[in-house]
Amino acid sequence: MAVRLIKMVPIHKGLEPTEIAEKIKETFPDDVVEITNFRDQVSVIVKKGRILGICKYLHDEPTLCFDHLQDLCGVDYHGKKEPRFEVVYNLYSVKYRHRIRIRAQVTADDPSIKTVTSVWAGADWHERECFDMFGIVFKEHPDLRRILLPEDWEGHPLRKDYPLKGPELEKDWPGFVEVLNRSKELEEFVWKG
Amino acid sequence: MPGRKRHFSGIKLQQGAQMLIDTSATGLITVEEGTKILPPNLIITTLDKLINWGRLSSIWPTTFGLACCAIEMMAVGASHYDFDRFGIIFRGSPRQSDCIIVAGTVTKKMAPVIRRVYDQIPEPRYVVAMGSCACTGGVFRTYSTVQGCDTFLPVDVYVPGCPPRPETLLEGMMKLQEKIRKERARWSPWR
Amino acid sequence: MEQQVERIFETRELNVNMGPQHPATHGVLRLVLDIDGETIVKVTPYVGYLHRGIEKLGESLTYFQALPLTDRMDYIASMSNNIGYCVAVEKLFDIEPPERAKFIRTIVGEMSRISNHLLWLATHALDIGAMTVFLYCFREREWILELFEKICGARLTVTYPRIGGVRNDLSQEFLDSLYKFTEEFPSRILEYETLIDQNRIWLKRTIGIGVISAEEAINWGLTGPTLRGSGVPYDIRKHMPYDAYDKVDFEVPVGIEGDTYDRYRCRMLEFRQSNNIIRQCIEKLPPGPVMADAPKFTLHPKDAMFPVTHPTKEHAFYIDEKVCKGCGMCLRACPAKAIFGEKKKPHKIKQELCLSCANCYVTCKFKSLKIVPGGKGLSDEKLAELAKAPLPEEIKKATEHLVEHFNFVKKGARAPEGELYVATEVPKGELGFYFVSDGSGKPYRMRLRSPSFIHAGALPRLCVGHLVADVIANIGTIDLVLGECDR
Repeated sequence: MAVRLIKMVPIHKGLEPTEIAEKIKETFPDDVVEITNFRDQVSVIVKKGRILGICKYLHDEPTLCFDHLQDLCGVDYHGKKEPRFEVVYNLYSVKYRHRIRIRAQVTADDPSIKTVTSVWAGADWHERECFDMFGIVFKEHPDLRRILLPEDWEGHPLRKDYPLKGPELEKDWPGFVEVLNRSKELEEFVWKG
Repeated sequence: MPGRKRHFSGIKLQQGAQMLIDTSATGLITVEEGTKILPPNLIITTLDKLINWGRLSSIWPTTFGLACCAIEMMAVGASHYDFDRFGIIFRGSPRQSDCIIVAGTVTKKMAPVIRRVYDQIPEPRYVVAMGSCACTGGVFRTYSTVQGCDTFLPVDVYVPGCPPRPETLLEGMMKLQEKIRKERARWSPWR
Repeated sequence: MEQQVERIFETRELNVNMGPQHPATHGVLRLVLDIDGETIVKVTPYVGYLHRGIEKLGESLTYFQALPLTDRMDYIASMSNNIGYCVAVEKLFDIEPPERAKFIRTIVGEMSRISNHLLWLATHALDIGAMTVFLYCFREREWILELFEKICGARLTVTYPRIGGVRNDLSQEFLDSLYKFTEEFPSRILEYETLIDQNRIWLKRTIGIGVISAEEAINWGLTGPTLRGSGVPYDIRKHMPYDAYDKVDFEVPVGIEGDTYDRYRCRMLEFRQSNNIIRQCIEKLPPGPVMADAPKFTLHPKDAMFPVTHPTKEHAFYIDEKVCKGCGMCLRACPAKAIFGEKKKPHKIKQELCLSCANCYVTCKFKSLKIVPGGKGLSDEKLAELAKAPLPEEIKKATEHLVEHFNFVKKGARAPEGELYVATEVPKGELGFYFVSDGSGKPYRMRLRSPSFIHAGALPRLCVGHLVADVIANIGTIDLVLGECDR
């Protein structure tokens, strides 16, 4: 058999989330804006300038070893606080079983941030989705295009000022309007019984 | 011999008129209106009924499973609720099929694809909208969901449910069979 | 001469589109293959044909209302999705489901894991060519879906795990039939293995296909059996246990080579482990309630309100004219249109039309509605007299429950401000929920981290260098479901 069954036992002891946050603050004192703690989950709010350096440090440092990018998403705080957007990185270490969350602040007038695909290859599609939904541009991304919506869709749906039911029929996606018009044209040939 | 001669009553075939078969030979049994049999193996019927019977007993849908309803459609195709006993076999290509079962949510990105597949099906063709999402958009009243596939397809049978039970889909197909049974002159060359 | 030879052997890369409508793409996945002969140079997946906007929709619904949306994401194992959502929201609200509910959730979670792996095996084998396995697996799946229907009435998109516990208790008859299933199931697994495990065609088509090493797999973000096939022992049920997983004894299968065959073997062994877990849970099931006792965050059972709302009781509703301000809220709320009156003048109820539904009672802000027990059919003056008497204890409690229920359903349970990421192990990998809450009853941001999205992103890496037929095997081995991928 090519597969073995194992009972899992923790091998390496990980750090507490607050300790990890302190370590990040020591290494990057100018970039850390705030450290929050909610239900024993610590998140570190940073400026977006050196985000690639922070992520590389978290990935390569032997005592931290955050090799698994669990999630990368955007949040829109329109009207609630400035800066408007935040890109949230949820990181996990398979070796040490500890986790941390990094929140990078992105302003509305310059919605761009450096990509982390060089650190974690899995961030590729996450960043494309973030661009699709929020309009945050990831610099030096290998292939930044829309992923969930058609390529020529206008607008970024998960922003707070985008309506839930979508735009009116006239301003809708041209591909869909074309289908509706074509079906109206072909309706006269439908067998009516 | 009874049944060898068939003479029609004087009514000529008109558009929309029922063609009556009137014979005075003995031994004929009326099965239903318009169909008589002489046991054991001679059946007298209209061409409409014959062709409709052929069409409804072997509806071949294109596989078009989009979302959750596709799983129930696969379950109907499996052995517990068998589709094959109705003569329904799933075909991969739209050029070789009679109908399309739109099973699942229709999104705006997918709508041109569905229309294109539907346009490729040769006539006579039917559309079954399976599930609440295909009928009316379902739970999802959002920017990217089409509120029902009948906005761009002429639907014949709506099968509601979220997802509909396999027996519901079977009932839907039987309703489609009833609809086909009642068709008249769909095969005639001028329309 | 050389030029002629070159022109004869001129080759070009071919672009083949495996369109969204395809019997083998497990839903609406579109792949554009750049192939050189039969070997693949590049694969570009196009997803988004099933993007329904669940994340945006979740922002406009309360936490309770957004629960059925999670069913429709990974529609094959919908119980697991619900459990993941409930675990995340319970952590946000800081409530704990009772022990019995935890064990029940473990049982249904493992049942849905078996059901998911059965469908995975059915479609994977069907794509590779083994059609009998499809029918065999669906036979078992029908059994499990019948059991789901016995619990909660729905086969596929159940909404059985609720925030704070589960919806209703399991009957003893159900547990007996489930135990019988666990006794028969191992023989069925042997049936599937007999068909394909040592089959030469299967071995040739799965060994050495889609090989990925452990470090690369972690880097690409793979989780679940797709990752465990490469030798990484990462299982959230063991790393961060939730529900009753720390109280049952099970092992985690881990592969060695990292190819399709190893991932297949991992999932086959997971069948047996899930079977084992279900048996242990049935034996250890503790008695008790199935819903947490947290009145602000969970839905009250309806029988607590029956003394007021049940129509057979002889209650009458009476508007106290001295308190009534004439705002008209009860007039609009009454379904039988039994209230009449002018603006700013006290309203009156027509007793013949009144249904005793208590809608007016919950909408009145000024507390001018009075309940008169046993007052059905009496005249207005008599009601005015009886309304002055204090209410019996039972009715008072029922009215409090009623008002709380109304506020809970309309406005939603208020979560504290903050953010949270909780992950659970669904059959396909790791399902993560990231909530940002702003203190109201609706989530400010609801992010669903689905395993299928990440795995589809890793598809180009797995397919390069193989033949066209191996693309199908790779899609099957990463266990893709588009509802979860596109959300």
